[in-house]
Amino acid sequence: MNRVWSRIKNWLIAMGSPPHFYRWATSSLPWLAGLAVIVFCAGLIWGLGFSPTDYKQGDVYRIIYIHVPSAILAESIYIFMAISGFISMVWRAKIAGMLINSAAPLGAGFTLIALLTGSIWGKTTWGTWWVWDARLTSTLIMFFLYAAIIGLHSSIENKTKGDRAVSILAVLGVVIVPIIKKSVDWWQTLHQPSTFTLTSSPSMSPDMYLPLLVCVLGFYCLFIFMLTNGLRAEIISRERDKSWVKKQFFKY
Amino acid sequence: MHPLRKQRIYAIVTVLLGAIAALVLVMSALSKNMNLFYSPSELVSSNVAPGSVVRAGGMVASGSIQKSTDSLEVIFLITDFQNSLSVTYNGILPDLFSEDAGVVVKGFLKEDGTFLAQEVLAKHDENYMPPEVAKMLNKIE
Repeated sequence: MNRVWSRIKNWLIAMGSPPHFYRWATSSLPWLAGLAVIVFCAGLIWGLGFSPTDYKQGDVYRIIYIHVPSAILAESIYIFMAISGFISMVWRAKIAGMLINSAAPLGAGFTLIALLTGSIWGKTTWGTWWVWDARLTSTLIMFFLYAAIIGLHSSIENKTKGDRAVSILAVLGVVIVPIIKKSVDWWQTLHQPSTFTLTSSPSMSPDMYLPLLVCVLGFYCLFIFMLTNGLRAEIISRERDKSWVKKQFFKY
Repeated sequence: MHPLRKQRIYAIVTVLLGAIAALVLVMSALSKNMNLFYSPSELVSSNVAPGSVVRAGGMVASGSIQKSTDSLEVIFLITDFQNSLSVTYNGILPDLFSEDAGVVVKGFLKEDGTFLAQEVLAKHDENYMPPEVAKMLNKIE
């Protein structure tokens, strides 16, 4: 057990080294891309083309195959950034700061997609584009937190100081995630409560939620691919004065 | 673990707990205001002044929808199964508006205790199923 743990630890420490991560990312990027395309397309085609229509909403409900995975990703990415922020603050690992920096625009993008698709769905089912209920408002706050992290980091010239500043925002801001999740139970909202809960079986038929599950996996794969790709660019841009980068690109 | 790192972890955890405590206090102070709408019972028990614009929400009572024949006017009851509220609305209803479905209406209470709605929103529930399954469920009921 101790041996396994020390191997995991060594692997993590190795991955924390920018040149090592860069080489790992370069070789695994095509695989990550392939996996993302396959799972993402499979989920969307299944969900949008082959799952049954809803008894009440008709075909409009299919927007959940984009809306729900985007919202799940938006929240997951924030938690991921908070963990990176924690590592960055405690262990001062350079790669953790870079991770926040590459994940924030993706998280902001997924949040925006969730808000926009939700808005379109809201217009057709509720009868309004937007309403200031607890779920919608807390999600909008999360979007602003993402925007704040992106803006804060790019406004600080010194990258190490910038990492420290956004780490604080990432760690403290994570309290918004449980609020978003529980908002529909704590307050009266226009947004419906969760279809999927840990305590009871989903109130959706399996031929509708299985494609949704594949879509969620596909969005995760897409995120991992885009994050790895973005992190490579971030590493090169921040380490451009280091000798390993010069050796890699200029062969001297 | 390195003592410096331990110290940093304590600092982060302390600040995070402080932030959570502050947030819980703010949210419990605002808890009523975070609700989007009043239920009919809340509207009856609270002293919302007639004429002030509020939102009310509940289920449309079955068999209560009365549509006017020569205008868009519609009168229906919304209920939380304890109290109900008579709502008058003049306008186009959302597609999902139906009996036994949730609605949120925005408008004001009139002096006679009925509600004049300016906006009607349909509230969707968390159930999704194909039409065939819905038909079968209806048969069982």
